[in-house]
Amino acid sequence: MSSTIDTLVRMANQIAANLAHEPEPATATAEHIQLFWDPRMKASIRAHDGAGLTPVASEAIRLLADA
Amino acid sequence: MTYQPQADFGTPAIKSTEQVTLTIDGRDITVPAGSSVMRAAAEMGTSIPKLCATDSLESFGSCRLCLVEIDGRRGTPASCTTPVEPGMVVHTQTPQLQKLRKGVMELYISDHPLDCLTCAANGDCELQDQAGAVGLRDVRYPVAASHLGQAKDHSNPYFDFDPSKCIVCSRCVRACDEVQGTLALTVESRGFGSKISAGLASDNFMGSECVSCGACVQACPTATLVEKKVVEIGTPDRSVVTTCAYCGVGCTFRAEMRGEQLVRMVPWKDGKANRGHSCVKGRFAWGYAQHAERILSPMIRDQIDQPWREVSWDKALSFAADRLNAIKAQHGPSALGGITSSRCTNEETFLVQKLVRAGFGSNNVDTCARVCHSPTGYGLKTTFGTSAGTQDFDSVEDSDVILVIGANPTDAHPVFASRMKKRLRGKDGRPGAKLIVVDPRRTDLVKSPHIEADHHLALRPGTNVAVLTALAHVIVTEGLADEAFIRERCDWDEYTHWAEFVSLPTNSPETLAAVTQVPAEIVRAAARTYATGGTGRGDVSQRPKINAAIYYGLGVTEHSQGSSTVMAIANLAMATGNIGRRGVGVNPLRGQNNVQGACDMGSFPHELSGYRHISDGSARALFEADWGVSLDPEPGLRIPNMLDAAVDGSFRAIYIQGEDILQSDPNTHHVAAGLAAMDCVIVHDLFLNETANYAHVFLPGSTFLEKDGTFTNAERRIQLVRKVMTPLNGMEDWEVTQALANALGLGWSYNHPSEIMDEISRLTPSFAGVSFARLDQEGSLQWPVNDANPDGSPIMHVDGFVRGKGKFVVTDYVPTDEKTGPRFPLLLTTGRILSQYNVGAQTRRTDNSRWHEEDVLEIHPVDAEDRGLKTGDWVKLASRAGETTLRTLVTDRVAPGVVYTTFHHPDTQANVVTTDYSDWATNCPEYKVTAVQISASNGPSDWQRDYEALSERSRRVVHTEAAE
Repeated sequence: MSSTIDTLVRMANQIAANLAHEPEPATATAEHIQLFWDPRMKASIRAHDGAGLTPVASEAIRLLADA
Repeated sequence: MTYQPQADFGTPAIKSTEQVTLTIDGRDITVPAGSSVMRAAAEMGTSIPKLCATDSLESFGSCRLCLVEIDGRRGTPASCTTPVEPGMVVHTQTPQLQKLRKGVMELYISDHPLDCLTCAANGDCELQDQAGAVGLRDVRYPVAASHLGQAKDHSNPYFDFDPSKCIVCSRCVRACDEVQGTLALTVESRGFGSKISAGLASDNFMGSECVSCGACVQACPTATLVEKKVVEIGTPDRSVVTTCAYCGVGCTFRAEMRGEQLVRMVPWKDGKANRGHSCVKGRFAWGYAQHAERILSPMIRDQIDQPWREVSWDKALSFAADRLNAIKAQHGPSALGGITSSRCTNEETFLVQKLVRAGFGSNNVDTCARVCHSPTGYGLKTTFGTSAGTQDFDSVEDSDVILVIGANPTDAHPVFASRMKKRLRGKDGRPGAKLIVVDPRRTDLVKSPHIEADHHLALRPGTNVAVLTALAHVIVTEGLADEAFIRERCDWDEYTHWAEFVSLPTNSPETLAAVTQVPAEIVRAAARTYATGGTGRGDVSQRPKINAAIYYGLGVTEHSQGSSTVMAIANLAMATGNIGRRGVGVNPLRGQNNVQGACDMGSFPHELSGYRHISDGSARALFEADWGVSLDPEPGLRIPNMLDAAVDGSFRAIYIQGEDILQSDPNTHHVAAGLAAMDCVIVHDLFLNETANYAHVFLPGSTFLEKDGTFTNAERRIQLVRKVMTPLNGMEDWEVTQALANALGLGWSYNHPSEIMDEISRLTPSFAGVSFARLDQEGSLQWPVNDANPDGSPIMHVDGFVRGKGKFVVTDYVPTDEKTGPRFPLLLTTGRILSQYNVGAQTRRTDNSRWHEEDVLEIHPVDAEDRGLKTGDWVKLASRAGETTLRTLVTDRVAPGVVYTTFHHPDTQANVVTTDYSDWATNCPEYKVTAVQISASNGPSDWQRDYEALSERSRRVVHTEAAE
């Protein structure tokens, strides 16, 4: 059974993969996470060192942190 | 008012704009053209004697009782088979007619038992009524050859069949054909030997294809087919119209009572969702309300390994409140949350989310839609602007093409399926609608009596988006798109971006066939049928506009690309202009009786009622002003995230109303770990369900018969639930939630659910015109009900989409992470069966279990042979998440490489096997795709044995002697 951060990383990657055809995938991914993840989940992924995140997901998390 | 059965007009109502005026018995009446003379007379208040006619069935003309005299016509035509004509002059009572009718009745009664006084139909028998109506005084025929003295068939658990009382009116046979569409009955032999047969000579009702819907029982004019409860109790003396608590069709019934005892549930003919029909569950399976396992007293325990202690309501509520307050003080409001029930009323759901938001102080509220139709909410909101289906059920009557994807309505939405089958079979020279089915299994819609799909796309589980993209490819590249509609109603740039994408050669049916396992020519034919009604190529502008509707279910949503699939469906509908009128649209078949309502009421962690995001300041302000609290603007936790947070230690208390996450949610080990980690689990339910194994507080609930409120069905139709008996547990569910809220100091004082609906209506624009008074007056209302739509909205997006322009969204196929391989070479998908409902909490506690006593694993003959398996063998079903054991059924309904089971029985532990993978946008679990291996087994797995022991230990109850 995966740990919670593994789950969050997988979720973020999955969102990014499915928004790949948006005009700005990283922004769309960041917006999705902002609208649907609870504060603990957002804090958790922001604090994470980025291991396992795809490039788009990684960029999205960075945009989230800046917001 | 004394009991009256619902009026029977003899023949069905005809929809026609043309009106005809005729004269019956000296009075003028105007009716739609095509109506029968019998119906016209009935609408005028004159009941022409009849036996073989009833208004749910087409006229038959066999009993010859309804004869009338018509000026200018010879003889005595049957009024049921005679259509009205302008200026017709009809006489329904003349000396000649009296004589003929007495003759007919004399013949019927000459071969009928004369035990009226002890017969179950005494007082409710049309034969009695007609004998009286025609003035029958003696029967001159001696008893010679007759059909009396035959054995009764008691095999069905809910109704009896007594051939001796049959008058061979054939209403039952016709009901099984026309209303239900199962065609299980026939009349065998002839003359005095005529007998209703449920199949072969060796079949009784239980052994036949009969699905026990009860349409025949309802249609039968005598006691030949009669409910066992009527035999046991007697005839009812009052009736109350209420709404079924099983599936999302939302059938309305007359609950026929004697005092507080329910005698029978008879479908209400004026119910707009069901139009007088029902299934075995709604009509017969309500006995769970009095089942021995129903818990009637609150119970508490300090630790989950202790037995339960029965206590008073006050004690249970203060125990719960103390724990909740302590957790909130120590860990903050975000450590508490709740799950609303999709089976409880709108008012009750609204109160639970209010308790969480205003009482606990967080947005950690979620509902079972998480695991079923949350992708519908996301997908349709993104593309159209509303999180719900676009049509009403009646709309299927105007469809020319029906596409069913990921749904098995004959099992899961049977009453709607019967209506769909009517349209598929065609009538009166109008050809049946074309049918396309996209499903890995050969469901009954693919092939069953009088029904055959024009195209069956038996795709590999997990490839929905690829199939829909291939269909879109054909529509765009073959010029079948409705560009006029798109230009007017959608964003043209978004359309061209999407059209370019689907036109890519990599998205052609030929290329994608390798992924989907659907041959390209079938995809091309299906796409052309959906877009044009035909399968040939050709200039679409030359063809008449056809109506194509899409119906879909959990086979679409319960996937890692569930939301994408919903959007792909919306794209197809928009591309072909199939939105905004009757006969078309995108129709999610919502599962539970009130899952639509639960979503409407703001049960999602990110939304307030009416689908307004919690971050929307003006929406929040409206609630804050009304409730007198400030609300958290950040989205809360979804159920799977609640469980993760529980394991991490930051989520510690939960109030679960009417939901059994331990049985219904995926990855049972994960759910169990999450529940076990919490300090305060409050379960509010009818029975000690699986989740209650991990609970500290149990609050007994009330059934739908014991409360007032509203349910909203899959058509967005809000219908009243009316209380017919006092709650055995002492309180209606909304009163329990209010009591808990007040134990936490919230000071609520609702006196009746109508007050809660008034609050919902004040705070939710799409419910602005809804009230109990209005619902009582109209029967039902489909939201939105507001100034723009004062009488509700049967069809949505008529002039424009709710979001303005329809949005085309590019949905690329992203394969699921759940891969088959050498260790797990088969794909498991799951579904439902007609007689059991969801986790079986209600139906397993009724006689419905006789049809489905255990979940079985469907496996293709090739896969079975490879493993040396035959039907009935125990097999171990293993996935990367876990393993369980169940029995097999070898069948070719599934394709090689695919296995299938249901999840109605907790001892199957089917969800031990399902994974954590879920939809990218909503976390809706991917129940429909699990990589598994099957092997022969000796019996239940270790986990199942351990779980059974745990369940038994957890259900010990210490009963108190007297009130505290």
